[in-house]
Amino acid sequence: MDSRRILVTGVSTYWGGRLAQALEAFPEVEAVIAVDSQEPQVELERTEYVKVGAQHALLRRVVEAAAIDTVVDTRLVVDTSTTSSSSAHENNIIGTMNILAACSGPTSPVRKFVFKSSTHYYGCEQDDPAFFEETMRRPHPPRTPIERDVVEAEASVNEFAERNPDAAVTILRFANVLGPDVKTSHIAMFSLPAVPMILGFDPRYQFVHEDDVVHALEHAVKHRVPGVFNVAGDGVLSLSEVASLLGKPYAPVLPPWGTGLAAAALRRIGVRIPPEAMNQLRFGRGVDNRRLKAEGFRYQHTSRETVLKLGEHLRVHPVLRGSQEPYRYEREVEEFLRWSPHVQNSRDKRASALSSEQISELQRLLASFADTTGLAEAERGGPDADGERIEAAERRARAAEEAAAEAARRANEAAVQAERRARDAAEEAEQRAAAAARAVIERAERERVERARAEAKRAHAGTPVEHYDDLAAEEVIALLASLERGDLQTLREYERRHANRARVLTAIESVLARAGSRA
Amino acid sequence: MTEPTRTPLSVREREPGPQSLVPAETLKRHLPGVEPERRLNDWGRSERVEGVFDATLIEFFYRYWFRAEVEGIENVPAGGGALLVSNHSGALPPDAAMIAKAIREEHPRPRPLNITVEHFFKGYPGFSMLIPKIGCVAAHPANVHRLLYDEEQLVLVFPEGRKGTEKLYKDRYRLRRFGRGGFVEAAMRARAPIVPVCVVGAEEAAPIFAQVGLLKRLTGLLYFPITPTFPHFGALGMLGYLPAKFRLRFLETIRFDEEGLHEDKALVQTVAHDIRARIQENLWDMLAKRRSVWFG
Repeated sequence: MDSRRILVTGVSTYWGGRLAQALEAFPEVEAVIAVDSQEPQVELERTEYVKVGAQHALLRRVVEAAAIDTVVDTRLVVDTSTTSSSSAHENNIIGTMNILAACSGPTSPVRKFVFKSSTHYYGCEQDDPAFFEETMRRPHPPRTPIERDVVEAEASVNEFAERNPDAAVTILRFANVLGPDVKTSHIAMFSLPAVPMILGFDPRYQFVHEDDVVHALEHAVKHRVPGVFNVAGDGVLSLSEVASLLGKPYAPVLPPWGTGLAAAALRRIGVRIPPEAMNQLRFGRGVDNRRLKAEGFRYQHTSRETVLKLGEHLRVHPVLRGSQEPYRYEREVEEFLRWSPHVQNSRDKRASALSSEQISELQRLLASFADTTGLAEAERGGPDADGERIEAAERRARAAEEAAAEAARRANEAAVQAERRARDAAEEAEQRAAAAARAVIERAERERVERARAEAKRAHAGTPVEHYDDLAAEEVIALLASLERGDLQTLREYERRHANRARVLTAIESVLARAGSRA
Repeated sequence: MTEPTRTPLSVREREPGPQSLVPAETLKRHLPGVEPERRLNDWGRSERVEGVFDATLIEFFYRYWFRAEVEGIENVPAGGGALLVSNHSGALPPDAAMIAKAIREEHPRPRPLNITVEHFFKGYPGFSMLIPKIGCVAAHPANVHRLLYDEEQLVLVFPEGRKGTEKLYKDRYRLRRFGRGGFVEAAMRARAPIVPVCVVGAEEAAPIFAQVGLLKRLTGLLYFPITPTFPHFGALGMLGYLPAKFRLRFLETIRFDEEGLHEDKALVQTVAHDIRARIQENLWDMLAKRRSVWFG
């Protein structure tokens, strides 16, 4: 991995946040800086969030000060259902220009630029090929504002690539994204009781799972893959097939002529189909995803599996709703956790970023340091000032030693955890076997009790329990649960007349009350 | 519907930079795998819908109505991509379905046939839904290349295109111009053999007496023909074929094993012309041997 200091833009979007989280996990990444005008929506451990929009002068200062070598731009808005089209345009065109301006120039430290784009680049037309390849240009000029934005934004990224031949520029064109955590107009459409379609059309659709989106961005950061790549799951589905995978009927509610008017009417009743989705509903789109696969990327989900996953989520979602608190970014808390010297054991602490080599090196240094302080101790007795210095050094050494121990502990922890997991699995298996055995024994016991009860009923007319008088209070109480209501009443009379033990009487009473409430 | 404005289209307009060039052989290995749970393939083809059509309508026409007879089926390769090139006629042409059926019925190793159709069908409601399900794909050079080279399938093209199906009964069995030879270029680029096919009988099964330009514009259809049964029997009249005897002849394959042949435009034109001449000659030959239009 040649990227060590990474800037992620658009961290308040789902993609930016997920990517920053993923990049944190790589030990070779020194710094992850996230910028956005809005606060992140996910929990970040060592990513530093800077609240800045797409002002190129400010961004340039951040890029140069932090010596950023890789910029990942995840900010592009490709769905007008999430924002107004004017703010989308501002973000897509002006924002991209500013970020590129902040990264370009002869003194710029940026060596890699990854741009998240969309297959809306190709549009959807009647005379499209069945599978768009990256080298194809769209056959018609863009029709919708979003398509225009994507084409223009990519044009400025290409211009940047030409002006900065040293920088590896990767453009990833993502197909329609589905997943439990994203909000897109297609997910909104698939959440309806029936999937809306245009009468007489069954468009071809390709989807990509949200996890694959993050992994593709990660892949572009980890490896040097300059060029344009389509990112879409294997397999192209027909919309009717999507509906059946979701377990929903499809509703050809939109007429083939005057579709725009019908869509406007649907918007009145709350079903919003953005213009870029409208063309897709008519003509559909498939893209060739092989080029990225040839670069070593592996998809985790096919289009079909992505839709199935979404279907599962849509079924569970109404049940889960409201049970999880959304994450809120609290700047003060984050800063305390990251920088305060009082935070003792927190995964947010910088120390956790030490690799095992670094830890061993630190230990070696400490050992030598302890040796020298040992010598100093022997020489103690000199002037007070000296003693103080030695003491201070000792204190520092102790603190450092503690830090090292902490780091070592962390290294061990992983191993211990793995071991524990194995042990847990074994234990679980054992417990399951024991539970099975217990169940068998219990069943036998239950049968025995039932048999005894039947026998007792047959043999004992006076008291419902045989040899009642021989039983201790506890034994009687234990038996009560297995007796019938009538038997219990007889038993109560019998007990009252004979032994009249208060404990037994109350127990019978409570069992009777329970039985009564159940009936 | 208004005709969308068009910018010059080309598949290879922007040459990829040297860094992103991946050899085609490598890409071929990364084709998506088949998901056995699916009922449709990536092109939208449905074996179920196809099977229903095949077992009813096409079976009836092939066996009892047209009593199709086939020669030279062994010229269709049993494996690998191949491009079938045929003459074309009829308002709703029956020839494509009969060629596909002939391969299913007579070939020792039957394979599905991909029939290339005009982009028009993708934009027309109803057709757009049905046409891909029964194995038709849009006649885009990229589609043909992917089918021939990457997926190694059989593809059927009608180089006459709309000019063939538009022609009137008086012009029967006279081949129209073979486009710009795009089909030869596609075959050469994919290094797939070409199998010329001659169909006799389709012209008489669906004769066109006239074309009505005004109604064509009003309905938004490709053309509006007057046939023995259309339009006075309504849309189903399109299927009102006359029981002409069908004869199909698969000619010897033409192979292109060398790489880069498609860049020689003169060669492409020569080969296209050659294939057209061979089909025309064989058509005359078959017509000369035919004693009756209806009984063969």
